Amino acid sequence: YNYFNWDCLLQFVKCATGSGSSLIHVVRKDEDIYSPILRKLFNESHHIFVGLQTIREDLPSKNKKPQFVSISKSYRSVIRACMEELQQVVSILLAIELIWNLCEVLFIDAVPAGSLLLHLLDWVRLHKADVDEKAREVLQSESPVEHHGYWDVPGSIHTLTEFDVKWRHWHEEVDRCLQDKSFASNVHLELICKILVGDEDTLLEHKELLSTWYHFLVTRLLFAHPTIKPTELHYYAQSCMAMFLDSRSAPETLDSILLAAFDFDIHQVIKDCSIALNNWWFVAHLTDLLDHCKLLQSHNLHFGSNLREFLLLEYASGLFNHHSLWQLAVDYFDHCPEFGRVYLELHIERVPLDTERKALKVLRICEQRQMPEQVRSICKIMAKRALRNNRLGSALSWSIRAKDAAFATLISERFLQDYCTRGTFSDLDLIDNLGPAMLLSDRLTFLVKYHEFHKLYGEKCFTEAAKLLLSLITAKIAPRSFWMTLLTDALPLLEQKEVSQTHPHLSLGLYDLTVICVFWSFQEEDIELTKVELLRLALARNLAKAIVKEGTVDA
Amino acid sequence: MFVARSIAADHKDLIHDVSYDFHGRRMATCSSDQSVKVWDKSENGEWHCTASWKTHSGSVWRVTWAHPEFGQVLASCSFDRTAAVWEEIVGESNDKQRGQSHWIKRTTLVDSRTSVTDVKFAPKHMGLMLTTCSADGVVRIYEAPDVMNLSQWSLQHEISCKLSCSCISWNPSSSRAHPPMIAVGSDDSNVTYGGKVQIYEYNENTRKYAKAETLMTVTDAVHDIAFAPNLGRSFHVLAIATKDVRIFKLVPMRKESTSTGPTKFEVQIVAQFDNHNSQVWRVSWNITSTLLASSGDDGCVRLWKANYMDNWKCTGILKGDGSPLTGSSGQPTAMSTVVGSSVQTSQSVLNGTSAGRYFFPPLDPPRAGSRYGHLLPPSSLVEHCDAELIQPQQQAPLHRLYSRALLPLPETDGQ
Repeated sequence: YNYFNWDCLLQFVKCATGSGSSLIHVVRKDEDIYSPILRKLFNESHHIFVGLQTIREDLPSKNKKPQFVSISKSYRSVIRACMEELQQVVSILLAIELIWNLCEVLFIDAVPAGSLLLHLLDWVRLHKADVDEKAREVLQSESPVEHHGYWDVPGSIHTLTEFDVKWRHWHEEVDRCLQDKSFASNVHLELICKILVGDEDTLLEHKELLSTWYHFLVTRLLFAHPTIKPTELHYYAQSCMAMFLDSRSAPETLDSILLAAFDFDIHQVIKDCSIALNNWWFVAHLTDLLDHCKLLQSHNLHFGSNLREFLLLEYASGLFNHHSLWQLAVDYFDHCPEFGRVYLELHIERVPLDTERKALKVLRICEQRQMPEQVRSICKIMAKRALRNNRLGSALSWSIRAKDAAFATLISERFLQDYCTRGTFSDLDLIDNLGPAMLLSDRLTFLVKYHEFHKLYGEKCFTEAAKLLLSLITAKIAPRSFWMTLLTDALPLLEQKEVSQTHPHLSLGLYDLTVICVFWSFQEEDIELTKVELLRLALARNLAKAIVKEGTVDA
Repeated sequence: MFVARSIAADHKDLIHDVSYDFHGRRMATCSSDQSVKVWDKSENGEWHCTASWKTHSGSVWRVTWAHPEFGQVLASCSFDRTAAVWEEIVGESNDKQRGQSHWIKRTTLVDSRTSVTDVKFAPKHMGLMLTTCSADGVVRIYEAPDVMNLSQWSLQHEISCKLSCSCISWNPSSSRAHPPMIAVGSDDSNVTYGGKVQIYEYNENTRKYAKAETLMTVTDAVHDIAFAPNLGRSFHVLAIATKDVRIFKLVPMRKESTSTGPTKFEVQIVAQFDNHNSQVWRVSWNITSTLLASSGDDGCVRLWKANYMDNWKCTGILKGDGSPLTGSSGQPTAMSTVVGSSVQTSQSVLNGTSAGRYFFPPLDPPRAGSRYGHLLPPSSLVEHCDAELIQPQQQAPLHRLYSRALLPLPETDGQ
């Protein structure tokens, strides 16, 4: 795929067929590849582009040429600025990889004497290779280390003591040859021998081949103290650094950190790294790993029960700033036993609830961790927002999720008001499918049941409808303000022949209802007169019918 | 690391307060031009003014947001002796297209006979409650019994502090172990009443607020006060902006079961910083109480952080335009943030400066007596700067080490 041929919004849908799978693949151009540094490139070049378009066409070309050259240099300057930024990022990564690698060798793998040197060799080689690769620079000559097939022999053939004895023998022999000046005739051979015995001065003369003091250290150890023990490292590290560095230049941050590592002072390493790196990523993850290896002493501290937790809390808190990385932070907080939970509670309720999808994501996290107050609060915020935007159905479902009876009542009232004014319900699906959630508030229950009444009536199940209506009134969940509406709804039912004919009990019930309503209608003041008149007429007629019916049944 | 952006606020006079909403996506500013402006942050991170209206007939000193559970609600207070509550109403569709919204006044609180110097909503677990304090030394606590009706507020408590009040702060703790508690700061020049910070606590039995503590060691005018978020601790932490920055710890002492009075506290000073070398006007905590920001008449904002041994240190300094204060080594001040990335350039930290994402309203150059609206946005907007700081050793940043090994960039030829 040629990256540059794609449109920004191109989407492919590809169905995988065959072998029984029915998958749909949606392919979209990955926008995350626009790293911040590339974005910088795009932003800066945009300015230059716009500037270029404004160069006047009518200028003679000899005037335009210097401008074009200048614009060209501007574009290149932007490229170089991005390169420089990338290089800074790469340098930091190189440094932390170097430090981490050393910590792995010394602390985590805790390599004993014998293999220690081999590991240190690998450490330096890898680092050198990394740096070489980035510099795209081939060293002028191979490091002396490369000359030795000696080290290709697997170390497991000898025990450490055996090796040590043999090595000392050999070392003494080479030394003797040098003292005897056996190789005096051949300068190069003598040089090699001097290197082989680990002569510091000789090694230092070839400083340029050893780009760093720790490369010098490992080289020196290789030739002079190959069976070095971990506890002896710091002495040689100090002296190598002192010998290698200019007396004028002070040790740099990285040097201090490496020295602290050779010193096995883990806390110092962490402290120095915390200061040097303006981000908690490195120290948080390394410290966590070291803590799992049981290498950290624990103190009881305020912010986080120990150093590990403190650093993880800091790191994860930083992640919460990001619009999508905040989700990663949740796992970190989960594994901070002292303060992780409260940190999560505080952070998660501040996550902006831009979309329903995001709100649901946040809610799921809270529900999984039994954070009922946060759940309630987030649902309430969403309900309130929905209500403000007149999305009653959404507001209702959020307030049910918040278990907020008062708010559910309020929204149900709005639904009912809507019905009174418009004669229809909205969000019918939601109301129909609430299930037991409708019991959250009386008003809500009434709303659901009232809608059910309407449905039954619409389906001409008048008997059922009448029964339901009756229960709504007698169960007293109908709000007073709604009685008039209910009675008006009852009117046609009262007229229905089949209702009173097929169910004597029902008709008796309706009789009770009618009586109640007659009394009530005389008391209500603010009802439209005509409505009341109609109602009284219907009620009177029904009473008459009921009396007649009763008489007939008894007889 | 911090990135600063300037926005032309268009207020016609000094801005006295800036306040982020709960989620950090909206902001309100208020000014001596008697108006309040509301700003919204769009998806691409730009701030747009979505409302601007005259709120009072005098300078507006403070503006504050209610918790979003109560809707989009603001409160303002003013030199005109009133405080007001505003609610955003969803406007017409053409307003929405223009990106404008409308705020209407729900109530005016006129009980004060002098300038109302601060207005704050109480923590949400107490319901919808609003508190004001005035130059006449009275703190008033109002409640809206029906949260759906913002026009009805009843004055529940009047606390007479005997000193002209300048600021209030509620203890955000919702723990049952902590009854409601409010701190009041005073800028009164009266020397008879020594302590300029008073703590009042609600008593369930008397159903009144009673004074629990006066911080006698704070004798200079107090300009701002802020309780830190609680984090489930038994003690409270209070930051004070006075002639310097002070952080106090209030440890509740064990109450006998027969005691009916307010809680007794052991007061400890945790930290005191005079780095601003001038009056400190605002203090503000981040949401986990791990970072405190202060602003002062030196035109700087300073960030304070405790390390894991609970020692407080300055972890960053920002000038009034949002740029970091550079050290003498002349390190470049521009830096970009890769939000949430694992690696960031470290130059500034070693200089003794670091940053967080800040937003400053453009202000006139600082003059004596002018107060910078401080802003500590919720931590969604502030990236933590971290390590201990202002170590004077000139250590080169890590990346410099590699400039030797990496291919050096050839000089750019001419420009």
